[in-house]
Amino acid sequence: MTAHSARRVGKAKRAHHRVGTAHRSRACPRSASKYAQVGQARPACAFALPTVLLLAFFASAAAAEIPLDQRRSGYADVGRDTKAMQDDDTANPGMLWVLDGEAQWNAKAGTTNRSCADCHGDAAKSMKGVAARYPAYDSVRARPVDLEERINICRGARQNATPLRFESRELLGLTAYIGRQSRGMPIAAASDPRLTPFIAAGRALFEGRQGQINMSCAQCHDDNWGKQLAGNIVPQGQPTGYPIYRLEWQSLGSLQRRLRNCISGMRAEPYDFGAPEYVALELFLMQRARGMAIETPGVRP
Amino acid sequence: MTRALINVPPKAKRGQTIEIKTLISHIMETGYRHDNMGKPIPRDIITQLTCSYNGEEIFRADLYPAIAANPFVTFYTVATESGTIAFEWTGDNGFHETASAKITVE
Amino acid sequence: MRKNKKVEIMMDHDSREATRRDMLLAGLAGLGAALIKVEPAAATPESMRRAIRQVVGEASVRKGKVTIDVPPLVENGNTVALAIEVESPMTPQDHVKAIHVFNEKNPQPNIISARLGPRAGRGRITTRFRLADTQTIVAIAELSDGSFWSASADVIVTLAACLEDLS
Repeated sequence: MTAHSARRVGKAKRAHHRVGTAHRSRACPRSASKYAQVGQARPACAFALPTVLLLAFFASAAAAEIPLDQRRSGYADVGRDTKAMQDDDTANPGMLWVLDGEAQWNAKAGTTNRSCADCHGDAAKSMKGVAARYPAYDSVRARPVDLEERINICRGARQNATPLRFESRELLGLTAYIGRQSRGMPIAAASDPRLTPFIAAGRALFEGRQGQINMSCAQCHDDNWGKQLAGNIVPQGQPTGYPIYRLEWQSLGSLQRRLRNCISGMRAEPYDFGAPEYVALELFLMQRARGMAIETPGVRP
Repeated sequence: MTRALINVPPKAKRGQTIEIKTLISHIMETGYRHDNMGKPIPRDIITQLTCSYNGEEIFRADLYPAIAANPFVTFYTVATESGTIAFEWTGDNGFHETASAKITVE
Repeated sequence: MRKNKKVEIMMDHDSREATRRDMLLAGLAGLGAALIKVEPAAATPESMRRAIRQVVGEASVRKGKVTIDVPPLVENGNTVALAIEVESPMTPQDHVKAIHVFNEKNPQPNIISARLGPRAGRGRITTRFRLADTQTIVAIAELSDGSFWSASADVIVTLAACLEDLS
């Protein structure tokens, strides 16, 4: 259920800060959804990865990047009850997926009839720190892959099993379970120099304006974090808790799903699941959050 | 597939009031939504949660579509004796799930 | 007022539905068939009052003893934390028999009904629920002596700022 008419009440009662765009449109105006139905306008740029890589080299100085000591997780921006939901493993709905993932880790799969555990053993040992250093460079593909893709690569190559669908219960279970093994650990700074151009590409995506209201991620999450937007505080967008249980979804979901939300919320065309643009963005976001602790599974509004 | 997560303290003193937390995986489809074609999505919710302590019912809740997905319900009970605290969820389309936990009361 | 796509998907109580039902009822009445009273799928303060009556009967409901703990401005209407606490010694002679929670603007007036009893030790329950709109919620406690006590809370619900497309 949504709060359609309450939105007017909410806005009338609260003087909330408008996000500082130079344009006439407000951040995420609901009326723009009319146009979203009539066939999406072409996004501001094709953002094919080669183009972005080119842009990255010519990119001007970064928007006001958050100083390292001022970074904070979205956990700091949520209400008391949402924090309580995350803190208690028996109250955190994300844990239902983590337990699912544990069962899958140990279940035989594919024509090889092997489980993840057969090669990787106890995930608490073998997967410790893994989620904290993904996306990681894949030499075969000569590009970074995120955890979801890595799981499917493994399934295909080692278990001879079909890939798991994005946002499927199975894939979310496994990423939640693996992510959980890194809980409390700091996000690793990328040491592989081959990742550098991809991080730059991700940065260009984060700082580049896109969509019908010509906004960039940085405008909210670098320049206006901490301010109120409707019933929520604008977070910095640090991906410390993924996959997260989002109250809006009433379900667990991946960082890609959240990025798609944001991109359509900005009235831009989201890329398909699995697009290299998401991996570049995820990689950049993880680097932006380097040193911050993993919280998987996080709970967010 | 993991359906339910329950939190019952494993140990308690006789007469102590303990908190019990229950969390179960369920979409709680309200019955008021429509799909992209305009067809109503039928209701599919958990309608009842009961809890019994060594066979005696100590708590019962009737749930409605207003309860959020993955229903979380907490309540209290007095630890009277060692034994089993058992949970049962029932709902639409024959939904039926159980869980239990042991408690030692000294 | 044009409703956006998401609202049409989420709620089923616009005026077109009511008109169709009115015509159907009129038609049935004309045929002399038994009238089926069809309630539009929307709680109102009136239907909430009726739902409360169904639980309380003819007894009067007094304000007091009940505390509702709910955020005054919710982060997201899809999942709202709720705690209801009732002042009571929770003895066999004096305890909370049941707690009922109602709302006035969701499609249905009921939220949860819990049966407690002297074994509960504490008259408190918590859950997470959905709120379709800014509205008032009412919690009613039924005590062992047959008395009813209530509290109400006003909750503001705004949309999440950047909503995903449902497609």
